Parts: sequence; C-alpha cells; structure tokens
Amino acid sequence: MSLVDPARAGESFIQLLTPEGERVTHPDYAFDVGTADEAEVIRGFYRDMVLTRRIDVEATALQRHGELGIWTQLLGQEAAQIGCGRALRPHDYVFPTYREHGVAYCRGLDPLHILSLFRGVDQGAWDPNAHNFANYTIVIGAQTLHATGYAMGVQRDGAVGTGDPDRDTSVVAFFGDGASSQGDVNESFIFAASYNAPVVFFCQNNQWAISEPIERQSRIPLYQRANGFGFPGVRVDGNDVLAVHAVTQAALQYTREGNGPMLVEAYTYRMGAHTTTDDPTRYRMSEEVEYWKLRDPIARVKAYLVRQGLADQAWFDEVEREADEIGARLRDGCRALPDPNPLSIFDQVYAEQTTELADQRDGFAAYLESFEGAR
Amino acid sequence: MSKVTLAKALNAGLRKAMDNDPKVLVMGEDVGKLGGVFRITDGLQKDFGEDRVIDSPLAESGIIGTAVGLAMRGYRPVCEIQFDGFVYPAYDQIVSQVAKLHFRTHGKVKMPMVIRIPYGGGIGAVEHHSESPEAQFAHTPGLKVVTCSNPVDGYFMIQQAIASDDPVIFLEPKRQYHADKAELDESATPLPLHASRVAKAGSEVTLIGYGPTVKTCLQAAEAAAGEGRSVEVIDLRTLSPLDLGPTFDSVRRTGRAVVVHEAHTNLGMGAEISARITEQCFYSLEAPVLRVGGFDTPYPPARIEEEYLPDLDRVLDAVDRSLAF
Repeated sequence: MSLVDPARAGESFIQLLTPEGERVTHPDYAFDVGTADEAEVIRGFYRDMVLTRRIDVEATALQRHGELGIWTQLLGQEAAQIGCGRALRPHDYVFPTYREHGVAYCRGLDPLHILSLFRGVDQGAWDPNAHNFANYTIVIGAQTLHATGYAMGVQRDGAVGTGDPDRDTSVVAFFGDGASSQGDVNESFIFAASYNAPVVFFCQNNQWAISEPIERQSRIPLYQRANGFGFPGVRVDGNDVLAVHAVTQAALQYTREGNGPMLVEAYTYRMGAHTTTDDPTRYRMSEEVEYWKLRDPIARVKAYLVRQGLADQAWFDEVEREADEIGARLRDGCRALPDPNPLSIFDQVYAEQTTELADQRDGFAAYLESFEGAR
Repeated sequence: MSKVTLAKALNAGLRKAMDNDPKVLVMGEDVGKLGGVFRITDGLQKDFGEDRVIDSPLAESGIIGTAVGLAMRGYRPVCEIQFDGFVYPAYDQIVSQVAKLHFRTHGKVKMPMVIRIPYGGGIGAVEHHSESPEAQFAHTPGLKVVTCSNPVDGYFMIQQAIASDDPVIFLEPKRQYHADKAELDESATPLPLHASRVAKAGSEVTLIGYGPTVKTCLQAAEAAAGEGRSVEVIDLRTLSPLDLGPTFDSVRRTGRAVVVHEAHTNLGMGAEISARITEQCFYSLEAPVLRVGGFDTPYPPARIEEEYLPDLDRVLDAVDRSLAF
C-alpha cells in the first residue's frame, strides 16, 4: 500500500503552510525573508510555481505534438523546486538531475535550452557557469559526486566558513528517491562527510522511481539515512513552498558555515508520469493521485493569498497572462530551434582536436558533398 | 643528469607539474601518507599538503566523480586508480561523464583530468592486479589514452597529460616501475604527447608495441639481429588518438607487421592497428598483419602468467611466421 499519508512521514516532517492554506509554526524552522516584504515574496513564489507549471504543461503538449522526443514532467514538484531555488544565492552552485526545470527557471536559465535537449537538438549544452547551474545529468545519481567534488573545490578556494555572505558558497546536489539506491549517491555522502564539504543533498522523494515505489528503495525514511553517514538530515513537506524555502535556507547556511553536508528530503509526489513515454496507470492507483491532488503545492498558496487578502483576482489574472506569454514563446521557440549541422559533432569531442577525428570529419564532409544537389 | 627508474621519473614529473600549477591536485587511495602502493606519489603530500594530495575514501567511482566536480571548479585532478582491475567501479563516471562532458556542453565544460592506472602483468599478483584494459578506453570517444614504456617518457608524458585540457587515461606499465633505469635529462625537448616513435630502426619486419611490450619487442629485435634479421620496433606511446604515421612509413619499407600487446587479442588494439595498416599499406604488404597478445581468457593465476604474456619466444615465432609468407 503506497497511499502515503504525510502523518506517516515522521516527526521531522516540517510544514509551515497546510494543504488548506493555513500558516503553522515549527519549533526549529521559520519562514524568514529578512528585510523583504513577506507578502511580496509569497506572491513571487506563487507566480514562480504557476509559470514553472506552465513551462511543464507546454513542454508536455509539445511532446504530444511530436515537437519533443520526450519530456520529464515535474507536475506536483513545483514547491520543492521553487522553495529550494529561491533560497539559493547567486554564487551557490546547483547540480540537477533531468527534472529540475523549476530550479533552472529560478537560476535564470532559458527553458528553451531544456527543450533543446528533449527535442534532440543538443544534449543540454548550456554554459553551467552562466547561471551556476550544471548541465542536466541523465545517469541516475552521477551528479551528486560532481557536486561533492565541486564543493571540495569551494573548500580549496577558501569560500566556506569565512562569515562573508558574498563569499561563502554552498553546492546543492539534486537527486530522487530512486537515486538514493545508487552507489554514487552513497559514495557522495561518504566523500562529503569525510571532507566536511559544503553540500546540501536535496532529495525530492516523489514516491515513485518510474514504476517502483519508495518501499523498494528504502525501509526507513530517506532523511534518516544521513544519520548513518554522520550528518544531519531533515524531512520537509515538499509541497509546502514556505517550509521548503525555510529548511533549504537553513541547510544552505549550515553548509556555508563549514559544518559539512546536510540532507534535505522534500517529501512530495510525482503527479504526472515519469516521462511522457510512461504509463502510471499500470502500477499505481488513481485514488493515490486523487489524494495528492488535495495537497497541491500551488492551490494551498492561492488559498492563503486569497484568504489573507494578499492578492486580488486582477493579480491572479496577470500571472495567468504571463504564463500564456511564456507558453506562446516556448511553442514558437521550440519549433524554431535549428537542427545541428551533422559535421559539428566532430569538433565537440575534444578541447584539442585530433588528426584522426579531423580526417573523419573531412571524409564525411566529402561524402555528403558527393550527393547531387549538395550545397 | 641522473639515472632513474620509471617510478622515480613519474614522481619527479608529478612534482614538477604540481610546482608549476597550483591547480594540480593528486587524489586516490593511499596516495598521501603512504605515497601510493607503488610509491609513485611518494613525498608529495608532505611537500604539497593534504589539500593538494588527497587520500580518498576507498571508492573508485567517488574518486573520479568528485574529480569531475573539482575540474568544473577549475582544478586539474590527477587521479590514481590503484590497480587496473579496480577501475571498473569508476567506469560509468569515466565513460558517461568524463568522456562526454566536453561534447555534451559543446566545449563549455572542459575535463583536464588525468587518470593514472598501473597496468599489465608480470608481477606475480593475485586476480584483478595484472589487467590491460586499454582498448576499453581507446574505444571511448572523448578520452585520450597514452602509455609510457620508459623513465624518460614517464617524466615528460605525465606532465604533458596534466597540461592537456582533455581527459587522459595514463597507463603505467607496473612491471617497469622499479626495473630499468635510464638517464633523464629534464631539460631535453620531449616528443609531443600524442606521437609514436621508432624505438629501434630495422628493415625486414615492423614490430609494434607499447607500454610493457616495448621492452619485449626490443629484446626480440636484438635476438633476431643475432640471426641476421633486421627488425624495426615502434613504440606507439599514444593509443587514442593513434599516431600510425611512423608505423605506416615503416611497414611500407618492411612489408611486414606484428603487433604485440598484453591485452586479450580479440578486439584488442592490435585489431584496430591491423585494420588500419591494411587500409593504408595494402600494396606494400608481403604478409598479413600478425598479432601477439594475451589469450582470450581471463588473466591467469600468477604461476602461469609468463605463459600467458607475449614473451620473447612468442614474438620471435610471429616474426618468423611473417617472414615465411
């Protein structure tokens, strides 16, 4: 039975906004926006989540129309990604899986870069240093080691534990419940712990690894794994953007200060399929999905904003209009993405081109030129 | 000038590279205090500190995976895999990440990483300590693969590999570590990293070896000379990219080629080299290109490894067969 009740999630389940949109308090974590206007920040989160969901919905539709080869839906995980993404500072560094479209949005990455990958125009060729957002990694869990190594570099650069907020840097490694079984993830826990590296291991436990439920990966709550590796782990309501933001902010600060790694388990739910080629009706009950629909990450923020009188209909309409704009831009932008030149592949393999590959390129170019009507 | 072993030459080369560039890091199992099980990194941690010479947890994928992140942060990690047969836990990181990141990002991410692997047999070791996995890496686009056969090449090639912006699999013939000494002139001008060389000139048969088999080939050439046969020996040095120019020049003169390696013969480097010689030197060939390699069995127990490895007699037998065509 995997009809998961958050009540089962354990005493560490941190929640600051209930599914009904009521603010609640937690003894250890508070939603803290510093000197900013809190209502403005929460409206911003709402907007971020709506726009992220629209990006996801548009991309799913583009796949259905044959414009993308495949799409990895994030539906239902908006709060986990926006709450975390908005807690980051510009000089923090993110190592995503292939589903962090919301985090990418927070980092300022043009979604067309991501569509490019799933359209098969490239393989996710954005400059990671442009937004401190590494390239999508498809091999499950491999990026957690990259994040740990990057954090070891941060340590060697003296950019941790100095007390200077503009210098101290944290590195966030995204992974999922399925990846928690991978050797690389466990090795990254060990390396980060051994070297006290500033890594926030951010696990979106969305309950399903394609068709396999969380019970196949772990017999204890995932956040408790951290204990065995010697660093703290917490479980947060991953559908509560305020709680995710509060917990991530604390975890980032903890790691920046030089206390070593920390694990955040964002307890959420994959509302959609694993990818557009997946059919979840083969392995999970619709009542489970219905249950989680009542815990929608966006609906609870809207309920809060409406009930508190923090946003009126005109404001919500404006966000919808913005979403429509993004949708139109993605549809047009996706179709306009140019196919790569087949000869370009030869030039991208090495920093220093080899004679062998240059010869292979020339041979293939001559072959293409040999066809009648070739340019 | 002084006479040094391959182990000492590699140590000196690593030290020079670390002196020249503060971004160069050495990492691996037991590379720090112990100086590596073969002592290649001896004394480096003492002189460069624990931040630059990193004793890693005992996890090969972890070593290479964290090295990827360090490279992304601007460092130049030199990773030691303790033995050839222990590289496989890191195989995914090497093949799927290290090799592909430059391609995936259209060059926006570079992987200036060296993965040092002591390889080959002949030291009487237990299983997994005597393997020759070079073809598996040479088959992977995005990696460069080189191997040194002598102290002078060891000293210069390790520095060139570290200076390369591409990931380099650096294969060290462990049997040679503490074997023959050679004069090392540190001020000499080295060959480029990705160049092969004629190790001994000859006119009747071309013997092509690399790493540990260069010595065997040179001994074979000497023995053949005693029987009035002139054998040319090529030391390939670079396996990916291959530099077969000197090999083609040689085979066009000799008309006969024998490739010698310790790795399994089936789909080994010899197969590729043979195919390319056939493509490029077809009208010069007087005999089919022959291969002498390890058999297509797992590496055997140490008491019979000398039968498994291509030795002087098996190489000479192939030379005779080539000449008999």
